Amino acid sequence: MKNPPFTYHRPTTVDEALALLAEFGDDGKVLAGGQSLLPVMALRLGSPEHIIDIGSIDELATITVGDGVTIGAMVRHAEAEKSADIASQAPLIAAAMPYVGHRAIRSRGTVVGSIAHADGAAEMPAVCLATGATMSIASADGTREVAAADFFQGFFTTALEANELLTAVHFPAWSPTAGGSVVEIARRHGDYAMCGLACSIDVPNGTITEAALSFFSVAGQPIRVAEAEQALIGKPATESSFADAATVVAEHLDPTGDIHATANYRRQLATVLTRRGLAEAASRIGVPA
Amino acid sequence: MSSSSSSQSPASRSVSVDPDATLDVSVTINGDTHQLVIEPRRSLADVIREDVGLTGTHLGCEHGVCGACTVMVNGEPSRACLMLAVQADGADITTIEGLANDDGSMHPIQQAMHEAMSFQCAFCSPGFLMSTVALLRDNPSPSTDEIREELSGNLCRCTGYQSIVDGVETAVSLINSGGAA
Repeated sequence: MKNPPFTYHRPTTVDEALALLAEFGDDGKVLAGGQSLLPVMALRLGSPEHIIDIGSIDELATITVGDGVTIGAMVRHAEAEKSADIASQAPLIAAAMPYVGHRAIRSRGTVVGSIAHADGAAEMPAVCLATGATMSIASADGTREVAAADFFQGFFTTALEANELLTAVHFPAWSPTAGGSVVEIARRHGDYAMCGLACSIDVPNGTITEAALSFFSVAGQPIRVAEAEQALIGKPATESSFADAATVVAEHLDPTGDIHATANYRRQLATVLTRRGLAEAASRIGVPA
Repeated sequence: MSSSSSSQSPASRSVSVDPDATLDVSVTINGDTHQLVIEPRRSLADVIREDVGLTGTHLGCEHGVCGACTVMVNGEPSRACLMLAVQADGADITTIEGLANDDGSMHPIQQAMHEAMSFQCAFCSPGFLMSTVALLRDNPSPSTDEIREELSGNLCRCTGYQSIVDGVETAVSLINSGGAA
């Protein structure tokens, strides 16, 4: 038995969960898929006094299509990986899924749980930032929506307050002339990346009109490189445009170094991934995921 | 300690359980339904091994890295150490003990890996077998790269993996030649 003791709550409605969070807030922790929380507890890096298991709240286990796609807090990675709606409405999520842990982790872990956990080396926060996702946050006091750009605030830190639940994340409609990709370099398959990129370009008439370059595992939170995105606008979707963007990435991205990779090595990986990711994104335009 | 006849608590009812209290949990393991009385903090792996007595599910790291405790939960491979047993209330679980055929003969994947000498100390084998069952169910003809990638979530400290990959490839040819399903 490795887990520290806690009081276990299993609400069956969102309102019940919010009442528990209002009562226990700072001493409580939401359990969804448990693939990040339970290792944290097993290693005694955290020992919340109250665990609020949202796994029996059926209303959170939904994928809803409408002006994009909305993913509820109990949708597991494996469900997102197999969903035709997500493949068509939010292909960057589908592209990210094979990189998330291993199959047995994806069976249990949730997409929204990964977003709320906000590991700077994880894929989904970067996908949220690249696509301009919107977080639906609820508490006993009401609901609010927060843009991805304001949600991720640093190392395992988000805009979520202790009494709040991230109930769903909305991903905006995907342009039919856009292509996207998720690419990363990790020591072993399933490990957290040493550097990764979620990117997209929209090429309606031969030139790029929109670009997103969202890097992960370069800092405590995912980072977009606006200067490199700007450098792509108005250019054709060619290798030379992508190489120019990679040069701008090298100038403006300032990764952190740690025991897994030095800052300079991460910067080098980021330039390689910029070329590789954008080429893959271009190749996917008009191709069903 | 093991089974209990007290009424089960269906997951559709809201519950709160203090740290030293217990919850009645109903789980089906390899076709048998067990009524268990469980402290909230105990893992599904511990309960399978200690309360149900099925010690074929092995515990290596107990934090989701090694894959030795992989079992099927509602048909999907899952880390039994990364589930609270109370989360498995109402679930249908298959462990390594549920893999063999009813007559006691080995599952074709077990047979193939046995023939390829995929098992050395065999501590990791239950996890590898359950992961392989899931892999071949969804992708009956994986390439060697796909096998290595799919099984990268399971660690072995003896074989160097080559004999395990050989065993899975033997299973693929055995199953695809109509040897068994």
